[in-house]
Amino acid sequence: TMARVLVGVKRVIDYAVKIRVKPDKSGVVTEGVKHSMNPFDEIAVEEAIRLKEKKFATEVIAVTCGPTQSQETLRTALAMGADRGIHVEIPADDYVKTGPLQISKIFAKLAEQEKANLIILGKQAIDGDNNQTAQMTAAVLDWAQGTFASELKLEGEKLTVVREVDGGLETIDLKMPAVVSADLRLNEPRYATLPNIMKAKKKKVAKLTAKDLGVDLASSIEILEVADPPQRLAGIKVENTEELVGKLKEAGLV
Amino acid sequence: MALRVNFVARQFLNMETAFKKSTNLHLKLQVRMSSILTDNSSLPDTHQMLRQTCADFAEKELAPLAWTTDKKHLYPTEQVRKMGDLGLMAIDQKEEYGGAGLDSLAYAVAMEEISRGCATAGVIMSAHNSLYLGPIKYWGSEEQLQKYVLPFSTGEKVGCFALSEPGNGSDAGAASTTAREDGDCWVLNGTKSWITNSYEASAAVVFATTDKSKKHKGISAFIVPMPTEGLSLGKKEDKLGIRGSSTANLIFDDCKIPKENLVGESGFGFKIAMSTLDAGRIGIASQALGIAQASLDCAIAYADDRKAFGAPISKLQSIQFKLSDMALKIESARLLTWRAAQLKDAGINFTKEAAMAKLAASETATFASHQAIQILGGMGFVSDMPAERHYRDARITEIYEGTSEIQRLVIAGRLLAEYRK
Repeated sequence: TMARVLVGVKRVIDYAVKIRVKPDKSGVVTEGVKHSMNPFDEIAVEEAIRLKEKKFATEVIAVTCGPTQSQETLRTALAMGADRGIHVEIPADDYVKTGPLQISKIFAKLAEQEKANLIILGKQAIDGDNNQTAQMTAAVLDWAQGTFASELKLEGEKLTVVREVDGGLETIDLKMPAVVSADLRLNEPRYATLPNIMKAKKKKVAKLTAKDLGVDLASSIEILEVADPPQRLAGIKVENTEELVGKLKEAGLV
Repeated sequence: MALRVNFVARQFLNMETAFKKSTNLHLKLQVRMSSILTDNSSLPDTHQMLRQTCADFAEKELAPLAWTTDKKHLYPTEQVRKMGDLGLMAIDQKEEYGGAGLDSLAYAVAMEEISRGCATAGVIMSAHNSLYLGPIKYWGSEEQLQKYVLPFSTGEKVGCFALSEPGNGSDAGAASTTAREDGDCWVLNGTKSWITNSYEASAAVVFATTDKSKKHKGISAFIVPMPTEGLSLGKKEDKLGIRGSSTANLIFDDCKIPKENLVGESGFGFKIAMSTLDAGRIGIASQALGIAQASLDCAIAYADDRKAFGAPISKLQSIQFKLSDMALKIESARLLTWRAAQLKDAGINFTKEAAMAKLAASETATFASHQAIQILGGMGFVSDMPAERHYRDARITEIYEGTSEIQRLVIAGRLLAEYRK
């Protein structure tokens, strides 16, 4: 069978930007700050497009959840080669409270609606660092999951995923339909070429709300505070192991 | 004293070590490049996206190699091919001829970001797009478009533009290269000088006199495939900057080309050249902006990092004033360039604005790179940092595609004509 692929893309603060915490500690400064597609999502999009180019997939649908600006990220996915886009619009105030649980429910509903049989997501977003959405989406749908994928092979109903785990590489076979989360070494994403940027203008982008999908965005998690990590203090040099042990004992660490 | 020690030490560093050192230092500063784009919001969505693509590409594929390209006078073949993949080597050509079908504003934006990574890549892209593909796009026949544009849109083949001669640069109307009819072909004789892309080109747009009695109205434009019998290349010029790009003489000695290689009509050459240069000026203005912006990026990164008198030198007013002046000139020249591009895209005469943009941007590139060296001090004088390369790359922008003096004449000419209307 051919896959119909749903790819999730998230608009995050660009990886090279220096993050600043807001003075009221409610979050980080996003106003006027450069945003781009989550790097792992770029890898997910690239993999989906490659599947289509190799004729293992019929269609690549890019999905994003968030306020109006999220559409930029969708456009990038289309410019990379996704066939069409879906923007699930979540107003900014609700979006700050939205997390993997709500997003996974949205992806699950969309997968059913669009009759997708493969969902490829980035393993985690570089802002939340949750690494939960792919796993939760698979659970909601009761689909197979292959996370931290560094290699993907589709043969009929069988999806072979090589996973990067602490001990090394694990190869598993999944029966479609499945959810995959992309890790760093899965591929190197292509640039959005200028002709493709032009073609993307004609591609369809559908707009929905969570309500349209029957998903409740209510969250049981509340962010209390966002703070800078403690300043890293300078270390001291010791002459020998005896002195090292002495210092550790002084600090009550041994 | 410290600088002298530096010089002595340099001699003992082999090229590879120096290269690694420079890329490490440079990359540390470079990593912020594509995240720091000046405000995009006045550009259409597509242009914002392509600006980002070009900035990412320049940061990743061009900037790390710029030092070697310059030091070894290396033509960046692989990078030009990748630029072709991106659609940059036929950016405003129609899709049916392999182009990206974009407009002048897109060209300006793309040129700036590419040149910001590597000025050599910028000039190769500009000469190919504006000066080679340009005349054929606007004046060429269908056959010429199929034969000399379509295969030249992928980055595999580049073209060049041959107008200047040893005896005349600014005085383009005095072309002494001749083309005479001989049966079913034209025979070209003469020498063209300062030809960018000469060694890599697969074709050239050449301007030659077909009727000397008509003076500048007796010049015609031709497409000369390269290599071809009767055409030889002079030695590669050893240039101050944009060293990865080959610059040499084209020597025509009874060079025969087919009759159908005439571009447009006989006698149209001067008109074609002048209108081509108008558009080319937007490209060179953008290249100069890229060099200027790269100089500013380098200067700010250094100033925030370098401590003197107990604080980063970016805290000092004298440094801040320099940075402000650089940014002001860059922003002004950029707006002029975008305006010229927008006028061209709207089909409105843009000769004056293009000349203004090229003049402003090129003088800004010289200014900004000069100031960048000053801000970097001794480090600005050595090749570990890119400031000295930007300084050398900037200089040509005030000369080619119309010297600053010619630009001033063009502006004055249009200005006076407007007032007298």
